[in-house]
Amino acid sequence: MVITVYGPGCARCHETERVVRNVLAELQSDADLQTVSDYQAMAAAGVLATPAVAIDGVIKLSGRIPKRDEVKAWLA
Amino acid sequence: MLAAGLAAAAVWVLAYRSLAGVARWVTYRLAGLEPASHLASAVEFFLYEAPKVLMLLVAVVFGVGIIRSFFTPERTRRVLAGRRESAGNVLAALLGTVTPFCSCSAVPLFIGFVTTGVPLGVTFSFLISAPMVNEVAVVLLFGLLGWKVAALYMGTGLVIAIASGWTIGRLGLERFVEPWVFEVRAAAHDDADASASWADRLRAGREAVADIVGKVWPWVLGGIAVGAGIHGYVPEQFLAGIMGKGAWWSVPLAVAMGIPMYSNAAGIVPVVQALLGKGAALGTVLAFMMAVIALSLPEMIILRKVLRPPLIAAFVGVVGSGILIVGYLFNAIL
Repeated sequence: MVITVYGPGCARCHETERVVRNVLAELQSDADLQTVSDYQAMAAAGVLATPAVAIDGVIKLSGRIPKRDEVKAWLA
Repeated sequence: MLAAGLAAAAVWVLAYRSLAGVARWVTYRLAGLEPASHLASAVEFFLYEAPKVLMLLVAVVFGVGIIRSFFTPERTRRVLAGRRESAGNVLAALLGTVTPFCSCSAVPLFIGFVTTGVPLGVTFSFLISAPMVNEVAVVLLFGLLGWKVAALYMGTGLVIAIASGWTIGRLGLERFVEPWVFEVRAAAHDDADASASWADRLRAGREAVADIVGKVWPWVLGGIAVGAGIHGYVPEQFLAGIMGKGAWWSVPLAVAMGIPMYSNAAGIVPVVQALLGKGAALGTVLAFMMAVIALSLPEMIILRKVLRPPLIAAFVGVVGSGILIVGYLFNAIL
């Protein structure tokens, strides 16, 4: 499983990455966490608002920081 | 849940209505400040205005947070795609006020819009209205200056967004968008939040309060503190000569000063109110506020990633001219 966090480096984007990383550690998940800060790649993925999170290429959330429970639900 | 909501609303209204009395009581009884002194005037101003504005902010940001859960950027793009100019500019400016937006999303949003058939000028109407006409600005203007000024700001802000976007569309500046932007094959996906339940929407409202009010309260308090200082210590009509109607050069100067300054509405409105109270003209002050919020240097640096300098210059020139016209217009008719 690949989790992608999209964000150009804003505070909310770093916070999103932190939330996802914590959940991965807590669940001892072996999912691959990638971060994308390139605008071209972001646009190609269809991201309109940052931060955004995609699981295996499917965008699950955009424009806000996810809650821990949401991240857990995606990973389940 | 409904009962709890009504109880919260009732408490809010009672507290809001007693603010003026409490501020007076604390200033003159509890602190025992001498009536009509500079210090008492400044302290009473702060004690009344700061909680009032914060309470208004909480209520309105909560409501707008719920409204915004109906307008995702994806949905807005679908509405605007393939839309013709004119009607598209009007729609984009209106949607800009309710679609969630932060300046760090300006670039992905810009690319996502122009590559899926939203005309350049229509995209600009959205990008101009989104930061300028927002609930924080309108609440602060309403709370500190009354509904007329708030409506005036909102109305002229929308007109500037519509007219500037339309003008940029007419200028045919597409060639000054970085060429790679049009090579992006943007994937369209369904917005994840489109089918939210009411529990989700109420949560969105609470999150908006935590996020927005949590971020702007120091600006509000700082702004009102500066405003209180001006209110208490600067003599009436002190600014009439410099920022009054008579000084024709004050409007362009206000705009030129506003561009490099970066503040959000929360910090600038209390200062605006204090300036008005000391004899500055409404048009001049509104122009200053619009320039600070709508034309900011950091946003231009972000947009440089997708726009070539001539297009950024056109953007600043067109929006700046709109703000100038608004400033002169209000100084002339009010």
